[in-house]
Amino acid sequence: MTPEDFRQLSPAVLRYEIDTLTAAYVHALDDAALERWPDFFTEDCLYKVIPRENYENGLPLAIWYCRGRGMLQDRVTAIRETQLFAPRALRHVTGNTLVQGWDDGALRTVTNYAVYESTLDRTSEVFNVGRYLDRIVAEDGRLKYAEKLCVFDTSVVPTSLIHPI
Amino acid sequence: MLCVPAAGLNAFLAVSGARRTEEVTVPMDETPASYGDTGGAAAWPAAGPSRVPAWIFSDPALFQRERTAIFRGPSWNYIALACEVPEPGDFKRSWVADMPVIAARDADGGVNVFVNRCAHRGVEFCRTVRGNATEFMCPYHQWTYNLKGDLTAVPFRKGFRRQGGMPADFRLEDHALEKLRVTERNGAIFATFDAATEPFEDYLGDAMLRYFDRVFDGRALRVLGYMRQVVPANWKLYFDNQKDPYHATLLHYFLISFGLFRASEPSFVRMDAQGRHSALISQKGEQGVIAGGDEMKHNDPRLKLAGPQMLQPVREFKGADTVVIQTIWPGLIVQQQSNTLAMRHVIPRGPGAYELAWTFFGYADDDAAMTERRLMQANLMGPAGYVSVDDSEVVAFAQDGLAPYDASVGVVEMDGREVNEADTLVAEGAVRGFYAHYRRVMGL
Repeated sequence: MTPEDFRQLSPAVLRYEIDTLTAAYVHALDDAALERWPDFFTEDCLYKVIPRENYENGLPLAIWYCRGRGMLQDRVTAIRETQLFAPRALRHVTGNTLVQGWDDGALRTVTNYAVYESTLDRTSEVFNVGRYLDRIVAEDGRLKYAEKLCVFDTSVVPTSLIHPI
Repeated sequence: MLCVPAAGLNAFLAVSGARRTEEVTVPMDETPASYGDTGGAAAWPAAGPSRVPAWIFSDPALFQRERTAIFRGPSWNYIALACEVPEPGDFKRSWVADMPVIAARDADGGVNVFVNRCAHRGVEFCRTVRGNATEFMCPYHQWTYNLKGDLTAVPFRKGFRRQGGMPADFRLEDHALEKLRVTERNGAIFATFDAATEPFEDYLGDAMLRYFDRVFDGRALRVLGYMRQVVPANWKLYFDNQKDPYHATLLHYFLISFGLFRASEPSFVRMDAQGRHSALISQKGEQGVIAGGDEMKHNDPRLKLAGPQMLQPVREFKGADTVVIQTIWPGLIVQQQSNTLAMRHVIPRGPGAYELAWTFFGYADDDAAMTERRLMQANLMGPAGYVSVDDSEVVAFAQDGLAPYDASVGVVEMDGREVNEADTLVAEGAVRGFYAHYRRVMGL
């Protein structure tokens, strides 16, 4: 899909394409196919996981802050090779995508998400709840995130956030 | 192996019935001499601070005593940064241990700290994280307090149509919110419940005050944002972890694998005279690879940052120190890791969990590039930090191993058995200092 094709999509097809992208994204995360995760982003992407408190008060701090795909790759390498953490499975549920409009060649959308965490010896728990604020572009023939801000409502992170949201 | 003496065990069970009775066996040389009469708790092993008994990390009665003896005792507790409440009426919710308090700036410009607990029926009345107010009113019966914590109004105090009302001798001034004494040092606000707590400067002592003033040098501060996490582990395990440089070269694979940290870097452990505060200090050289001499197994030549823009530190403090992690008894860690500055406020949530509230900051005169550096390097820290997650995870592992084996005893002997400073990372002297002070304060 070229950027021009992307711009010309009908609303129904546009929604279908965005939903398909969201589903592919969360399944890549939930199936632990982390190596594919950076490919959902443009080379000079912006990815952040931000406490809602900071976002709404104009405070710039994020708990994950990646500028460029290389920083996403470093996170994957660290998860695979260096970080200590208890075994866990995460599952994302997304919904209520709102298409907000075009912005400098990118489509702005907002999507609610909830992430459930299943760990050894405990029942599954709600781990993180928030919304994706996305800027989506067509690049290399497919849709990618130029920007993904995960703004989470959860006031305290349970122990630690290891994997991407 | 030796069973705990029956008499001691009985005395023990009398106050803590939930403990396991069947398998309370410990190696002979680790056995507490007697559980004795120590206010319902078991005694410390005779070997002193080089042994840490497991029960102190899970005992509910001990946690209640910690509130009283430590957090309501002669301690300066971190509350807020002054720049979070710059104007009259500005307030912030905070905690001393798990006890809710409010820091509020009054019309005179002073910061007051008082309990977030209505003097009437105990309601935690302020539910706003930060804000600006002219007064605080409890929603339950609308008792109203000013910015100094004084009670100013009680509805229906004189009754209604000559019925009800407070007794004739009820005086508003007898029912202020409980107030803490407040001190501020170059933009950081601390408070104490105890009238006898020494001045903050004496509390820190000269050596620790120098490290504190290195970051809090009088320049105006600017908050960059917050991170909060709850870890299912006793608060002392985290404070202990922050005094333990031994693990740094072993647990934190990220820094080591990517060649960002080496055991050969000059490193120091410093303490105050009482061993209650400490600073772990590292000096990173300017050179790239330091060859040989490392005992760490994990330096991996395959690994290189694909996004090196994350770590582009610049030297911003005088002297050779590049990392100073300072613990200030009983609940604060001041983090200066290259260009990331943060207050880590340890908020115990019962014996089995603690909240860690991170306030990242810079200086008001930072340029955009410095702010960006601080935000980028924050990737190392916090609940999702490349380095910090190892600590959160491992102290939770520790809690899982300690709590069920509450008669067991840990060994803290690296670099000796005394409370000693060190010029190396492979040392646990500051951990011993922490527990030695803890014992004194708790009477254990």
